[in-house]
Amino acid sequence: MALKDITLGQFFPGKTLLHRLDPRAKILLLICYIVALFTAKNLAAYALAFGFLAVAVVISRVGLKALLRGMKPVVFIVIFTALLNILYTTGQGEPLVAFWVVRIYWEGLRTAFFMVIRILMLISCTFLLTYTTSPILLTDALESLLGPLKKLRVPVHELAMMMSIALRFIPTLIEETDKIMSAQKARGADFESGNLVQKAKALIPLLVPLFVSAFRRADELATAMECRCYHGGEGRTRMRQLRYQLRDYLALAVGLALCTAVWLLNSLGVF
Amino acid sequence: MEPIIRTEKLNHVYSAGTPFEHAALVDVDLCAYPGEYLGIIGHTGSGKSTLIQHLNGLLKPTSGRVMVEGTDIWSSKEATRQARFRVGLVFQYPEYQLFEETVYKDISFGPKNMGLDEHEIDRRVRSAAAFVGLSDAALDASPFELSGGQKRRVAIAGVIAMEPAVLILDEPTAGLDPVGVEQILGNIRDYHRAKNATVIIVSHSMEEMARTAQRLVVVNEGRIPLQGTPTEVFSHADELEKMGLGVPRMTRVFRRLRELGADVDPSVYTVDQAKQAVLNALKRKGVV
Ligand SMILES: Nc1ncnc2c1ncn2[C@@H]1O[C@H](COP(=O)(O)OP(=O)(O)OP(=O)(O)O)[C@@H](O)[C@H]1O
Ligand SMILES: [Mg+2]
Repeated sequence: MALKDITLGQFFPGKTLLHRLDPRAKILLLICYIVALFTAKNLAAYALAFGFLAVAVVISRVGLKALLRGMKPVVFIVIFTALLNILYTTGQGEPLVAFWVVRIYWEGLRTAFFMVIRILMLISCTFLLTYTTSPILLTDALESLLGPLKKLRVPVHELAMMMSIALRFIPTLIEETDKIMSAQKARGADFESGNLVQKAKALIPLLVPLFVSAFRRADELATAMECRCYHGGEGRTRMRQLRYQLRDYLALAVGLALCTAVWLLNSLGVF
Repeated sequence: MEPIIRTEKLNHVYSAGTPFEHAALVDVDLCAYPGEYLGIIGHTGSGKSTLIQHLNGLLKPTSGRVMVEGTDIWSSKEATRQARFRVGLVFQYPEYQLFEETVYKDISFGPKNMGLDEHEIDRRVRSAAAFVGLSDAALDASPFELSGGQKRRVAIAGVIAMEPAVLILDEPTAGLDPVGVEQILGNIRDYHRAKNATVIIVSHSMEEMARTAQRLVVVNEGRIPLQGTPTEVFSHADELEKMGLGVPRMTRVFRRLRELGADVDPSVYTVDQAKQAVLNALKRKGVV
């Protein structure tokens, strides 16, 4: 498998409603959704959150396969969390299973189930944001949303610029790593076998050229930016202006409605 | 003659199962014969680099087989390892893979990985350095202090030092000045002659290919629509144009002359051939 195949908050270009929403609206919507998810207390509330996510996935046209592939790295954490919850939650009533030191209660199963659902939905909705928003738009949106912090002397623009640059160069560096790895493999380098020390040593032919090229790129980028008169965020205007449109306000309204609905369902107290 | 490298219905799909899915190679059947100097030409993105990375087992075919010296290189782990050493691959811009403190150590990286003894490694490093015209003094320098052209030569020496039966180079002359281009091509020809090795060169430059290669393979959109001697390939000028490849300048001039009514052979591609073609035409007219 090529390193490039790793989904790293990867953007799937598209023209769906979810792609066209203002990135700031999407981030706010995501926040609403996460709030709703963390306040949900019963099955009805979770079902509502799940339905909401399902509709969003359908609208986005990001295949279920791509979404599930993004889950792979967290499978371990999810299983671990589930086990911890099952084993360490004590309930009233009789334990369902009891042997040796293990006591499994109904409450434990219930907490584990909701916890797993919650983590999976949390990851899915975050992925949905990065799948449907280009990294550049995402940083623009963050810069804009965090703008008020500038008053507190937080270097928001600089942070956003650093983030854009990092995001811009992650694929480049991955590609470069791939290339150098292939080149060294062509000279018989072996990155897979051997013990830990040997494996670490085998990385030298990969890391040295990678660092050299990263520094070279950084140098070139700095020169290129200076040549175009970059001098920080002060008075800088944008080519892509972010403007809220009706659909963005509607999206925000939907987000707030979701939070309210979850709050109402919680008080119903089903299951 | 038995081919030294053969691909059978080679297919490669990048990022299968994502929206970026891209079939880079489609049913490619390629042969390279022992001792030949083979050129691979194709437009940017046509799949040349993808193709050659299959020949030493760096990329695994999505389907199809790659045979080196009669064995399927994916039949066993050992076969893949052997293919890496029998088929030496020099990447595009290979100077970015240098990492050792000295040029000598960098060139010896390949031979060391082959598990050769100290003495043999030393012999190979020195002979490889000689092929690419690096002096003994340069061997002790840091590869990072050299000029771009010299770095390129060190990188090529690093692969030559493994003394592969097949030497593949991906655009070895990209970004060099005309003198640098001549030197590198000369070095490669020297290796070809001295070791009687098979050489496969990937290039954009029709001129360069016309001059050096014995046989040409044209890659276009992951397929091989044309192959044969330079004369044969360049006689399909219109098809080549359509693939975004030109024909050598000399061929273009002579095709135009022909269109204008001159009785010359349009399939020339070097200056010498051109001279001969003009002389022949004049002879036929009875001028000379
Ligand atoms: N790692 C990869 N992942 C996805 N697609 C790739 C990858 N490498 C190459 N491709 C795609 O495969 C196609 C063939 O690429 P390849 O590098 O083989 O072309 P090339 O003929 O060597 O071009 P060039 O002359 O520019 O080097 C291109 O369309 C390219 O975008
Ligand atoms: Mg290439």
